[in-house]
Amino acid sequence: MPHKTFFAFILPSLIAMVLFIALPIVSVIVQSFHVEHGRVLVQVESCQPFGGCTTETRVDTAAMAELRAEAPMGQFNGFGTYLNRGHLAVNEIGAILSSNTGFGDVVSRIYNLPFYKALSFTLVFCFVVTPLAMALGFAIALAVNALPKPTKGPVIFFSLLPMIITPLIGSLILYWMIQPNGIVGATLQNLFDNPNLSLRQSPMLTWLSLLFYGVWTNAPFSFVVFYAGLQTVPGDTLESAMIDGASRWERIRYVIIPHLAPLATFVALVQLMDNFRVFEPIVGFSAEANATSLSWMIFNDLSGDAQLFGSAGATSVLTIIGVIILLTPVLIRTWREFNHKVV
Amino acid sequence: MKLMLKTTVSLGALLLTAGAAFAACGIEGTGSVRILSNDFEALRLVNTTAGECAADGVTVTANATAEHKNLQVPALSISPAEYTVAVVANNSIVPLLNDDLIRPLDDLVAKYGQSLQPNQLIKIDGKTVAIAFMGNAQHLFYRKDLLDKAGIAEPKSYEDMLAAAEKLKADGIIATPLAASDKPGWDLAAEFVNTYLGTGGEFFAPGSAELAIDNENGLKTLENMKALTAYMDPDYLTFDANGIQAEYKAGNVAMMVQWGSLAGDMLKGEGAAEGVVANTVMAGAPTIGGGTTPAVALWWDGFTIAKNISDEDAAASFQAMVHGISPEMVAANPTVATWLVAGYEPGPNAVGVIATANGGARAYPMQPYMGLLHTALSAELAEFMAGSESAEQALADVKAAYDTAAKEGGYL
Repeated sequence: MPHKTFFAFILPSLIAMVLFIALPIVSVIVQSFHVEHGRVLVQVESCQPFGGCTTETRVDTAAMAELRAEAPMGQFNGFGTYLNRGHLAVNEIGAILSSNTGFGDVVSRIYNLPFYKALSFTLVFCFVVTPLAMALGFAIALAVNALPKPTKGPVIFFSLLPMIITPLIGSLILYWMIQPNGIVGATLQNLFDNPNLSLRQSPMLTWLSLLFYGVWTNAPFSFVVFYAGLQTVPGDTLESAMIDGASRWERIRYVIIPHLAPLATFVALVQLMDNFRVFEPIVGFSAEANATSLSWMIFNDLSGDAQLFGSAGATSVLTIIGVIILLTPVLIRTWREFNHKVV
Repeated sequence: MKLMLKTTVSLGALLLTAGAAFAACGIEGTGSVRILSNDFEALRLVNTTAGECAADGVTVTANATAEHKNLQVPALSISPAEYTVAVVANNSIVPLLNDDLIRPLDDLVAKYGQSLQPNQLIKIDGKTVAIAFMGNAQHLFYRKDLLDKAGIAEPKSYEDMLAAAEKLKADGIIATPLAASDKPGWDLAAEFVNTYLGTGGEFFAPGSAELAIDNENGLKTLENMKALTAYMDPDYLTFDANGIQAEYKAGNVAMMVQWGSLAGDMLKGEGAAEGVVANTVMAGAPTIGGGTTPAVALWWDGFTIAKNISDEDAAASFQAMVHGISPEMVAANPTVATWLVAGYEPGPNAVGVIATANGGARAYPMQPYMGLLHTALSAELAEFMAGSESAEQALADVKAAYDTAAKEGGYL
């Protein structure tokens, strides 16, 4: 294809990508380098229905308006927001490393910093849910593929349900089920003969239920892709393997899995990216006490009585960097495979 | 968005059908009234009543949504503002004040505010910035039948509550005598603010944004919050105000400090187990540590008028809202809220709030940086409440998180 035709061909999507992806990211980056102007505070008398009149501190709005007119973005803060306690916490980490009572102390004190706490759950979620969901999806795909034709349609539909349900609703449904008076929670209490057992009270059990939810909701995507892949497995190869006396497991191991490997790379790529942005289950499970994620931190900065745009911007940029780091090995592999094929 | 639209549309329909139950509105002049408010029964009622002012040349629309706090600043920043009226409380007025988005109301009060009482005017630096119309506070709800069975009198302090809870549990009367809205986030932070107010401590060093909770009052507050959890459902960290309301209604709880604005719902008793509502008594909020101040914050809800709108719209909006909170409306709906309006006769739902206010409870602080502290508390207390962190560490974390945010917000 001549370059000109190619360019004309992708121009519309290029414009859309610049407008809706590149520009917002640039704006987030710029935002993350700024903090609010120093507030001009004044003491004024304030009266309300309860407690009568008291002297209170207020922001001098006229002075602030002048400051804002001069520099609407706020004060330039460079990497200050990135390095503060809410994010990379460079000073705090330095202090922890220079004076501590051992490895356990270092880990627990670093885990106490909000960014690292969120990062640890995010990474655990990524690396536990992605392989398990892919394995489960693959297993479902194999099972469905072996079903007689008339039953395939309904079974596929049911297998896809977790993906069709909105994540927040899906997590709420599961959350209600694991409550002590929900079906799963009550059954567990019965099984373990412990009327106080609750999946929501300890960090460990909360993490386990979130990971379970993650596998449940992510498996259908792997299933769909692998199921489609299974339809392309060459029948001749399978048949010759059967003639050679290969068992079902051997056929899967030596024919199907190698055939689906490139697909698995693709699924892993998408799933890692998705799982790094885990958010809905934390809100749905009311798990903020025990598990937070990078996306939840952004949400927390932007909701509530005071909004911290610089902080949210910095966390967003760190999330993007995290996604890039996570995907690098997979991308390098894809790139190598691509080069191999060309050569 | 869809939900918001639905709310708006259904409210619009309500406005159209609202009968002439109250005196006619009769706005002077013309204009457009656009109300943004939180979404609960009392505010919906005010909005509907204000809607009666719709006439030739006067349009009234209302958007009651729980997302109001996130909408108000952007919506009032543009010119003309998306809403002419923002219904706010102690805390949500602060962002509007910080960004100078609401107008002084003194002229309008002089011209159209004859029915208002002096204590309804929220004044800052001598200028009226908001008109309060209802009060709210958390206060004690308890089950008289259960306490009688254990021979316990009405608890007046948290120490009484702990002793009562111990007895109720030991006597086998109820397994989880207490409940509190300890869900990490806004609710948990509000619990801290409540108890800390009861200790008499100040949140900030006078005249500055320097945090001052890292002291024995702060420790006492945390210790008390933690001590209560020993008598709660083990899932206490997942319950918000609506959660404990449901637990209480189900008969699982004997005592809780709950919002006055939910007292009406409790008395209606929808979904409550047999005998729960009939035996429920509302009382003033408990004190702490031998103090005399009820350990809760007092709240007011009021309306403000946007700055970036025409004077005609502002006048029409003010008149419509004054009609919305008129003494006639309050006289017809005494049980919906604890009104601050002239001629209000408190109903059974208001007993707790009034007892709390009379007990000398302090108002929720209105400092411009209070929101930052609330956010810091909401995220940093969870580990302490879950039992994986010491109280000293929790307070140090709150201070560190607050300092980071306050620097970013330009306060330190």
